Amino acid sequence: MRYLLLICADESVEVSPEESSAVPWLEEVQRRGVRRDGSRLRPVSDATSVRLRGGEVVLSDGPFAETKEQIAGYDVIECEDLDEAIEVASKHPVATYGTIEVRPFWEE
Amino acid sequence: MTPDVEAAVADAFRREWGRVVATLIRMTGDWDLAEECAQDAFALALERWPRDGVPRRPGAWLTTTARNRALDRLRRRATEAAKLQEKAVLTHTDEPDDDGDDDGVQDDRLRLIFTCCHPALSLEARVALTLRALAGLTTAEIARAFLVTEPTMAKRLVRAKGKIRHAAIPYRVPPAHLLPERTGGVLAVLYLLFNEGYAATAGADLVRHDLCAEAIRLARTLATLMPDEPETLGLLALMLLHHARRAARVDDAGDVVTLEHQDRARWDTSEIDEGLGLLGTALRHDRAGPYQLQAAIAACHATAADAADTDWAEIAQLYGRLGQLVPSAVVELNRAVAVAMAEGPAAGLALVEAVEASGALAGYHLLPATRADLLRRLERHAEAAAGYREALKLVATDAERRYLARRLAETTGQG
Repeated sequence: MRYLLLICADESVEVSPEESSAVPWLEEVQRRGVRRDGSRLRPVSDATSVRLRGGEVVLSDGPFAETKEQIAGYDVIECEDLDEAIEVASKHPVATYGTIEVRPFWEE
Repeated sequence: MTPDVEAAVADAFRREWGRVVATLIRMTGDWDLAEECAQDAFALALERWPRDGVPRRPGAWLTTTARNRALDRLRRRATEAAKLQEKAVLTHTDEPDDDGDDDGVQDDRLRLIFTCCHPALSLEARVALTLRALAGLTTAEIARAFLVTEPTMAKRLVRAKGKIRHAAIPYRVPPAHLLPERTGGVLAVLYLLFNEGYAATAGADLVRHDLCAEAIRLARTLATLMPDEPETLGLLALMLLHHARRAARVDDAGDVVTLEHQDRARWDTSEIDEGLGLLGTALRHDRAGPYQLQAAIAACHATAADAADTDWAEIAQLYGRLGQLVPSAVVELNRAVAVAMAEGPAAGLALVEAVEASGALAGYHLLPATRADLLRRLERHAEAAAGYREALKLVATDAERRYLARRLAETTGQG
């Protein structure tokens, strides 16, 4: 099963480099061979939201929804089941101060 | 149909539904198909058993019949996915064998209960799924029990089953490192189910009252499946010791009768005996958890001839241990009541005032009500009356309101 991990955190909260370092986590998922893809993302101040309305492209500066936590990165993992995905997600450094949303891929 | 056969089918339904569904889910991986085929099997039993007689092992008959129905249905679907499922069903050969040694089947029910109570599902969904898949209640019955409409409950069940399938929630007993936490989750669902039923006053709503019986039945199943888990036994003991008091909890007018004033002759002695036996077995494991401690408290009440005869010092000590395991202001308030009984109202009042000072139970009617009761016993009537008035502003149920109003009238009459 493939899952998308949406790494969500409040951008305004300062976190020490040790706390936010994903290096140990990346080493673990590498060793387990479960991570397929992933990246950190630039902050929402660099985001552009795109909509097509009445044939017109409508742009807005910023994320699609104003929320307390923003998507700060993503990872694609391939796991046996949700329990394994939860375990992998719970070890991500952001889980200690932000939220990891685990979403299964739409697979038919 | 003869009443005997009808009773045999009803009995088989209560005892075997969860087993049949659990096995079919393992074989097919399809919750809806499993429920449909289990239903088919029971419908066929109603048709066949009056004619052919009740099979020697009804559970095995039902599982085999449901399995054959699954094969029929999968063949008719004639899709690639269905062919794979059909193959999987055909290769499953672990039917229960003749000498009643059905550990494999029991494991299925354990798989089912852990999956229904998976923490990635909402608590509401866990409760609903457990009642549907394991206890065999219909969607309409579960909806009535939780005071929502049938379509709302149907949607909740569909969504939960969808998540199990799409997010790949595993159908299994969790591995050792997850087991303690997940077992706690299962027990919490069963206890919530019990309390939903217990909070409803007797006779006011029979469906809700039935929830207690379902919760006890499920806890009994779990206790059979996990005999070495003392908290499972503790929970079952706790439920039985509370349930034993149900007939004495409400008077003919529907008013709450406090433990102190209950007619103990109306307590169910067979449930008390069973509860005490289970608690004894659990405590021998020497791993007392919150359910065992609560059951031990209930046991102190259940074995006392009246309120005065109760071992309040022991109860106070048990609440103290409970509070160490699961710190809670409600537990501390209960400890205060026990201390008041053991050492006098002044000692209890000091503890109640400490809880009040912490602010943890602001807005909880039992806090001023307890303070008022202790003040009344200290003959500080004006302060007691103020406490009852405060509690009356916060109380939610009519029965409790009447109780407090009665107390207030007594206090002001004396004060």
